[in-house]
Amino acid sequence: MERSLRNVPVPRSGSGGVMSTNLERRQQLSDPVGRLARMIEIREFEGRVKALFLEGTVSGTTHLCEGQEAVAVGLAAALRPTDPVTCTYRGHGVALALGCTPTAVLGEIMGRSVGLLGGVGGSMHLCDPDVGLLPTFAIVGAGIPVAAGAALTAQVRDRDDVAVAVFGDGATNIGAFHETLNLAAVWRLPVLFVIENNLYGEYTPLPRTTPISDLADRAASYAIPAEIVDGQSLDEVSAAVSRAVARARDGGGPTLLEMKTYRYSGHSRTDTGPYRPDGELEAWSKRDPITLYAESAGLLRELDAIRADVIAQLDAAVAEVKAAPAPPIEAMFRNVVAES
Amino acid sequence: MTKLRMRQAVATALADEMRDDPTVVVLGEDVAEAGGVFKATDGLLAEFGPKRVRDTPISEMGFLGAAVGAAATGLRPVVEIMFGEFLGVALDQLVTEAAKFRYLSAGHYPVPMTVRVSVGAGVGFGAQHSQCLETWCYATPGLKLAVASGPQTAYGLLRAAIRDDDPVVVLEPRRLYPERTEVTTGEAGVIPLGVADVRRTGEDVTLLGLGGTVPTVLDAAEGADGWTAEVIDLRTLLPWDVEAVLDSVRRTRRLVIVEEGPFTGGWGTEVASRVAAELFGVLAAPVVRVTAPDVPVPYAKPLEERYVPGAEYVREQVGELISSGRLPKPWWEAR
Repeated sequence: MERSLRNVPVPRSGSGGVMSTNLERRQQLSDPVGRLARMIEIREFEGRVKALFLEGTVSGTTHLCEGQEAVAVGLAAALRPTDPVTCTYRGHGVALALGCTPTAVLGEIMGRSVGLLGGVGGSMHLCDPDVGLLPTFAIVGAGIPVAAGAALTAQVRDRDDVAVAVFGDGATNIGAFHETLNLAAVWRLPVLFVIENNLYGEYTPLPRTTPISDLADRAASYAIPAEIVDGQSLDEVSAAVSRAVARARDGGGPTLLEMKTYRYSGHSRTDTGPYRPDGELEAWSKRDPITLYAESAGLLRELDAIRADVIAQLDAAVAEVKAAPAPPIEAMFRNVVAES
Repeated sequence: MTKLRMRQAVATALADEMRDDPTVVVLGEDVAEAGGVFKATDGLLAEFGPKRVRDTPISEMGFLGAAVGAAATGLRPVVEIMFGEFLGVALDQLVTEAAKFRYLSAGHYPVPMTVRVSVGAGVGFGAQHSQCLETWCYATPGLKLAVASGPQTAYGLLRAAIRDDDPVVVLEPRRLYPERTEVTTGEAGVIPLGVADVRRTGEDVTLLGLGGTVPTVLDAAEGADGWTAEVIDLRTLLPWDVEAVLDSVRRTRRLVIVEEGPFTGGWGTEVASRVAAELFGVLAAPVVRVTAPDVPVPYAKPLEERYVPGAEYVREQVGELISSGRLPKPWWEAR
């Protein structure tokens, strides 16, 4: 009773022409220039999204991830496209890192037919089975047990996939986090729990909601190995993910990785982050993940050229999405239940 | 045909699907070693082993969520929720994740997950272990909901649910677990979702039951004096068989819906509104809903027995409707 549905490719007008396909884009992360370019792409992409929302031409809200690019790209570079990933509503960066095209992601954010879901999802709902991205979650913590379930599939079906749940610091206070870590530990599931600790749960700083500052400490009570990782360093992110993935593929069970990172923007569209202490943003900006990686990879001199190339492609994507039609009314009736 | 108790019919359906499809797995509290607190998974661990039959921690949000992820990526998990109320701590995974996954993945990640849930009063478990809760799943496009009314429906609906490519909740009225009847197993016993069953024909009124109220309305019809009733087991609530109900009421011109849950907001409101709207002018009497009162399920035996609509009460209500043509008052208003 195998279902064939999963492997039907989504027709996307935005992935043709000179643009790379999602899987080609994933492959580009094997190269340092590709990794740097992808981080820049995420940064520039989020800037454009913010501008489009502030223009008032896009409805609803959006959650940006500038500052957290090394986590997304470092993670994607260490996974296979067949490894299933669950991610939060702050997911533009992870989607782009995994390989989704800027046109398909922006198309979804702007509710256009060229979007990943043809426009029925919006900013918080991205998905691309080709690169392992399960539907992203607008409910804090909801993707954590779902990733454990994807790991269960791998375990029961003897596949060597490793599932990954990406979530924020705030999600470590919801029941789903604790229930899932416990379950994953007793079932020894091949799953990685990746915390993007950006210091704020929505508008509230971590110390006001959480009695510990190192969230990795929580793994100990579930007998799960954990690491605290410099989330601004792409190489350290990739190395930690690779270690955890290797252990999981080897039957060693789950790992918790706490990525110490920072959200340059506020929580959502209208939030400018006035609650941040003076100097905090500036201090984190001094350890900007793009600059750090350009330095460590010896690519500082290429930075401007790479950025110019990324911007040219993004500008083309923005133009393409702006010109794309809204989905037909009929689109809302598709994929509610199986067609009989 | 073989004689089975309802709990054995459930275990048989699970075993039959697990033999046919190696991707079917069973998860839940006490389902493996103990064979389920209601013994509805008895024998599965011995036949299918610990990889496919798993005891879970007491973590409904965790294991129901895991079932969503497993279903989206290539398994057909069947989750047991021991008491319906325990779904409350996991409802997000059912109504907001599982039910939306197909939609939010352009059809690429359907969730062929089955959630078996024991429900209902009549066993003395008190207010937090006796509710019916069909309505918790209502108004959730993407979800399907079937309700067993005895061994045959427990078998046939469960097999159809497991094969379905969408998340399906199957409610099992727990007071029926010991019920024992002949059951057709195998392919002939599979009951398609969305199809009601006319259990008995009659002329004066259509009695519509679901789950635990089906045996009640059959009893009520059996002992009727001066009128005959057509009895329908709705079997599936999401989606429900509109045509079968309309077809019957067109002939009998009267509809009495018998529900076990509280009056306000019960599943019958949807059926009543639809039938009243479609058959206005055909109906010889108002559509009646016979339900429990708007109170939590009480514990003391005489109170619990009064709470659940019984066959005699249903007969009284129907008799009054037919003789007066007017809406009978529920017992708690006539106090």
